[in-house]
Amino acid sequence: MNASQQTSAKCEISFTVNGDATKVLAHPMERLLDVLRNDLKLTGTKEGCGEGECGSCSVLLDGMLVNSCLVPVAQVSGANVVTIEEISAHALMKPLQEAFLECGGAQCGICTPGMILAAVHLLEKKPEPALADIREGLAGNLCRCTGYMQIFEAVAKTARQRVRK
Amino acid sequence: MTVRHIVGTAVPRKEGWDKVTGAARYVDDMVLPGMLYGATVRSNAARGKIRKISFDSSVDWNEFVIVTAKDITGKNCIALILDDQPCLAAETVNHPEEPILLLAHADRHKLRKAVEAVSIEYEALPSVHTIEESEQKSTIIWGTDNTFKSYLVEKGNVDAVWKEAAHIVEGEYFTGAQEQLYIENNGVIAAFDPESGVTVWGSLQCPFYVHKALMALCGLPEDKIRVVQMETGGAFGGKEEYPSMIAGHAALLAIKSGKPVKIVYDRMEDMAATTKRHPSRTRHRIAVSKDGKILGGEIEFTIDGGAYATLSSVVLSRGTIHAGGPYFWPSVRIRTKAVATNTPPHGAFRGFGAPQSLFAMERHMDRIAQVVGISPIEIRRRNFLKPNQTTTTEQTIRENIDLDRLLSRALELSDYDAKKKRFAEENEHGMCKKGIGIAAFLHGAGFTGSGERYLNSLVGVEASVDGNVRVLVSSAEFGQGTNTVLCQIAAEALGLPYENVAIAQPDTTVVPNSGPTVASRTAMIVGKLVQSAAEGIKQTLTKIGVLKDDYTAEQFRAACGEYIAGHGALKSYARYEAPGDVYWDDEKYRGEAYAAFAWAVYVAEVTVDLTTYGVTVNDFVALQEVGRVLHPVLAEGQITGGVAQAIGFALYEKVVWQNGRMINNQMTNYIMPSSVDLPPIRVFFEELGNVHGAHGAKGIGELPMDGPAPAIISAVEDATGVRIRAIPLLPEDLFEALRHEAIEQDVSSPVRGTA
Repeated sequence: MNASQQTSAKCEISFTVNGDATKVLAHPMERLLDVLRNDLKLTGTKEGCGEGECGSCSVLLDGMLVNSCLVPVAQVSGANVVTIEEISAHALMKPLQEAFLECGGAQCGICTPGMILAAVHLLEKKPEPALADIREGLAGNLCRCTGYMQIFEAVAKTARQRVRK
Repeated sequence: MTVRHIVGTAVPRKEGWDKVTGAARYVDDMVLPGMLYGATVRSNAARGKIRKISFDSSVDWNEFVIVTAKDITGKNCIALILDDQPCLAAETVNHPEEPILLLAHADRHKLRKAVEAVSIEYEALPSVHTIEESEQKSTIIWGTDNTFKSYLVEKGNVDAVWKEAAHIVEGEYFTGAQEQLYIENNGVIAAFDPESGVTVWGSLQCPFYVHKALMALCGLPEDKIRVVQMETGGAFGGKEEYPSMIAGHAALLAIKSGKPVKIVYDRMEDMAATTKRHPSRTRHRIAVSKDGKILGGEIEFTIDGGAYATLSSVVLSRGTIHAGGPYFWPSVRIRTKAVATNTPPHGAFRGFGAPQSLFAMERHMDRIAQVVGISPIEIRRRNFLKPNQTTTTEQTIRENIDLDRLLSRALELSDYDAKKKRFAEENEHGMCKKGIGIAAFLHGAGFTGSGERYLNSLVGVEASVDGNVRVLVSSAEFGQGTNTVLCQIAAEALGLPYENVAIAQPDTTVVPNSGPTVASRTAMIVGKLVQSAAEGIKQTLTKIGVLKDDYTAEQFRAACGEYIAGHGALKSYARYEAPGDVYWDDEKYRGEAYAAFAWAVYVAEVTVDLTTYGVTVNDFVALQEVGRVLHPVLAEGQITGGVAQAIGFALYEKVVWQNGRMINNQMTNYIMPSSVDLPPIRVFFEELGNVHGAHGAKGIGELPMDGPAPAIISAVEDATGVRIRAIPLLPEDLFEALRHEAIEQDVSSPVRGTA
């Protein structure tokens, strides 16, 4: 959504994205997804359905996994947002990305950023997930390419490696 | 040269790191200076004459770029095969969601409101919405007989078999439309400059299809159209022909406005307006001997093509050739046709007609088994094609395929016999019934018949002074692994590390036309050409004496430098040459239909809950012979992904139609499998090799779409004892089937199978 016509209603919203303090001038009802992609140029967050079904736009909002297409930007005021671009700071991100690459967890790549954030969220809550936990933890993120098997493997592998450490 | 094996190993996906870090650039991630957004005003009538277009005065239309059919400078069509589909409807509409008018504006929000402020009045014409209505011909909506294409395949004398038959088994089967549901919707950006012409960046499978379509639409020469493929977020056939339409729309807006225009559909528009898998109806009438051998038969296969011809003739062709399954037919008559309905055109979707006709074949084999009184396993063993026998098109099986052994291995891997027995006992009690079912099938790789000859694909490989190599093809990556596999092949051919080989972004001004990225042809056919183009580089260097036969990457680099300093660019091209022994008759539809077939046996285990009527797939074994596996992880991913889509085709994905319009065009009410819906998908390969493919590869991408639906429905029948003839089988459909069965039993209907 482009909010130019709603300039009068625009307000300044401050939040943290990937560790950086950020300020945007936006209509409060603008979707977090659009603010990330258009205003902050963080295009790693993808739109798949625009109605919270596919999970491609998943980001972490104060540690919670949310569909950024359903979050009005006003709601993130003062919050901490993590997107796929957060490579270095998050301890789980890089191991998961490597495991996705190695196990075949990414094919076309469009669901991958959201899927990896869902996996980060899952492993934070459950460091040693059973297969059923992995299935449940990723159930809000649709993938049309892989049939999920190699994604499960990537998540399980990351968990195993971390426990070993 | 040290022997390196790159082919056959799990090297990292070329564009993989960009994808897992979110850095990969899809079309919607791209913004050009001064760019406008485009939108499409579409028909809300199934068929009619456009009477009046009005623009609501609440909108300041001076702010908008408006394009109608009158603005088209070339030919108002999407050039593909028959050129019957307009880019913008001018006087009549033939399906709901048909594009009529285009708008562009810098503000997407205003654009959305403007689309709603355009109203169109129609004079309604009678419309046709099913195969049966189309066949009745009481309303002619396309050509003289509503038929886009028909084929007739005849082998032997079918008319003579009926009298020797112990059983004549008839059946009718249906498959529904299916949405490709790539997670990235269709999207393009077009720009126009009077000097350089039209440039389009898009999410697409076939850059040169779009190139051809834009030349015709814009009336511009070859060098004034440039098409660039961006990272593509899934395609599955859904971005084979449709991108020519959306690219045409963006190009028209860009030409008129002089500004770059982006059109990216939202999910609802994409689902409602773009192509889907062709719905089908198949009728079998087969004569079998007392011991269950097929003597001959008739197959009638009909697909619903929607309102325009698009690719229906080609989809029909593949469905026709696969209709007889992996079985030996002494005689057969296959009559097939694609008919018109007032629905958005159906199009390419992984499998391309084969999943439809194979579903019917496999379900009918189970039916024949029941009638003859033998098991579904035994009926297949008795009829499997063997080396030196011929297919329905009289193609001789030259490879040493042993389907009997493939079947035995699949049964073993799935513990079939023990489960079959156990389920029969357990099903005596409780409301959850378990079942196990199989499907045996084949899938031809590459274009059908003379198709590859017509494509005449060209591939290039280029080496630079730094000793790095670049593969030049129009074959696109959209998840299936094109980039990786083609680089592996080039690296292996040149004896270089995989890291030294890259692939060019498909850009029609940079890469030659290696054909469309479809038909499971990339690894096998394009791969083989990459292999010979790469070998051409090596030969050039050794022939002029700058490289020895045995060399290191460093020596290769030095040789490239020496060559380029003396002769300029170091490029090698390879063009497709049809194998000499391949014979195909387009008239009689007879001969070598495909350079290679992949073969498979799949086993599905299900639970049917008679309280909810839900079907759950509990285990899935996918065993296939696909020639040489070039990359084990990617190959496995192709199979698991295809099986998952096919489970959706069988059990979840139902397009609900209302007067030719999909009314459940959302991910909330068109349900694809999620991570909790799928069984373990266990993938196994046999590798016989294939002389026509790169390093012995065959096609793999489409194969896994063919087998799961019949295997799952066979398992549902095993669990419930009820015949299922149509998919998708949602709980409400199973409820109806069971209720129907109960009613039939009440009136003690005659012959019932011995399930």
